[in-house]
Amino acid sequence: MEQFFQQLTNGLAVGAIYALIALGYTMVYGVLKLINFAHGDLFTIGAYLGLTLLTSLALTEHIGPVWGVSVLAVMVMGLVALIGALLDRLAYRPLRESPRLSAVVSALGASIFFQNTVMLIYGARFQVYPQNILPKTAINIFGLYVPLIRILILLASIVMMGALYFFIQKTKVGTAIRAAAIDQGAARLMGIDVNRVILMVFLLGPAMGGVAGLMVGLYYGQINFTMGWVYGLKAFTAAILGGIGNIPGAMVGGILLGVIEAMGAAYLSIAWKDAIAFCVLILILIFRPTGLLGERVAEKV
Amino acid sequence: MLLEIVDLRVKYGSIEVLHGINLKVREGEIVTILGANGAGKSTTLLAISGLVKASSGAVYFDKNPLHKLPAHKVVQQGIAQVPEGRRMFGTLTVQENLSLGAYTCKDSAQIKRTREWIYEMLPVLAERRNQLAGTLSGGEQQMLAIGRALMSQPKILLLDEPSLGLAPLLVKMIFQTLEEINETGVTMVLVEQNARAALKLANRGYVMEVGNIVLEDDSASLMSNSEVQAAYFGGTPA
Ligand SMILES: Nc1ncnc2c1ncn2[C@@H]1O[C@H](COP(=O)(O)OP(=O)(O)O)[C@@H](O)[C@H]1O
Ligand SMILES: [Mg+2]
Repeated sequence: MEQFFQQLTNGLAVGAIYALIALGYTMVYGVLKLINFAHGDLFTIGAYLGLTLLTSLALTEHIGPVWGVSVLAVMVMGLVALIGALLDRLAYRPLRESPRLSAVVSALGASIFFQNTVMLIYGARFQVYPQNILPKTAINIFGLYVPLIRILILLASIVMMGALYFFIQKTKVGTAIRAAAIDQGAARLMGIDVNRVILMVFLLGPAMGGVAGLMVGLYYGQINFTMGWVYGLKAFTAAILGGIGNIPGAMVGGILLGVIEAMGAAYLSIAWKDAIAFCVLILILIFRPTGLLGERVAEKV
Repeated sequence: MLLEIVDLRVKYGSIEVLHGINLKVREGEIVTILGANGAGKSTTLLAISGLVKASSGAVYFDKNPLHKLPAHKVVQQGIAQVPEGRRMFGTLTVQENLSLGAYTCKDSAQIKRTREWIYEMLPVLAERRNQLAGTLSGGEQQMLAIGRALMSQPKILLLDEPSLGLAPLLVKMIFQTLEEINETGVTMVLVEQNARAALKLANRGYVMEVGNIVLEDDSASLMSNSEVQAAYFGGTPA
């Protein structure tokens, strides 16, 4: 019971991180039908920017751990969002009218560029997050102890995903994003500036991906310039699992994948941890390629 | 002249599909464009809306050049389109589709008034306001497409084959609705395969053939034109 509960909460926290990253893949895919291969590297950049800001500003010493980390998270989100917007402007927008393959190649190029830039600036070795940022307390939940950081990651993710969901479902700009994802031409006939919708997506997705990087740094304590690859692949799997292009799908897919992985590692074999995600990917592609929440409504023509 | 197209040429890739067409629409008029499949009718409407770019020539709206504007700015000038195939946002609700039609509109009280007017005119939309657009029948979707275009309170409405694939009774209803809308002062350009119904509704018409306008006249004259009769009414007079 104890082990199950620990694995469950760990899986939920890691899954929430996957979900945050998966949102970026799924939103960009939604409007551009493009897999943004550089997205995993934006996650890496979030982790490194978080580390730099953490050590240089020492926010947590000035305004306390929870406020310090919150302000830090907002800063990381803002900066990575800006990099995401630049990525769209420089790597994707000039290719909007070109064949899809050009944008895919551009995405791969951007990924290599980001990875190497991070390596040149920070070095190829693992970097270590300071260990005294958040108190190492555990919270008592019905007699079982859960580390504070897990709960914070889960809560913060839920708040951010809830805010994103509200924004996409209830606001005018959110509705425009959904419309552009369905039919860009029709969206333009409504007076929607599709390039601005795409820019919005490249602000929101990277903001979420970047803060996920910070979370991983705080949770595991060490980061590496290649970390975006594995997390990117897992999050991409989560996006497919939920139904690529589907925003609630990415949230559900991420959480589910995190829990499946944690349970698999605990009850099957820890060595299988990474393989589990890819088994899930293969199974979903074979049995339900539209994902769990994909294409719920058949469109009549 | 509300809308004026001058020597408009459009290419898809290297293939020219509009070879310099001229077309005029006066305020308050209904103008129909007839022509076989592939003649370039849809391309003409898309070029007005800015969804395809002119390779040369010009489109003026109220004397202002439209052809330099991106599509989303054309809507702001007062031009809305009901595109071919309706192009609903199928996974959004009826009400969300209507709201998107008013995307360029800032005045929320105004938006609400327009929406109530549309619900009154097309009550089936009001009944289904919270339903996903993709679950509507073809006729209902067509009405939603028209309602959505009206939400921007356009001065001119471009309609691309609104009767396509609909049962005769529904076609009649759609055309009645169009007449009603026109009576409120909305100018219309109506592309149709259903030449008889279109000419009955329209003041004037143009006939297109492979990228050129080959005939232009008032509706009554077109209706009695022997070439038009042969091509569109199977030879029998209207
Ligand atoms: N997106 C496109 N790419 C290439 N050719 C096109 C495209 N759309 C239309 N065409 C071609 O342009 C010509 C005019 O098409 P269109 O304007 O759709 O005609 P209509 O609406 O009168 O049936 C046709 O020959 C058609 O094949
Ligand atoms: Mg057509």
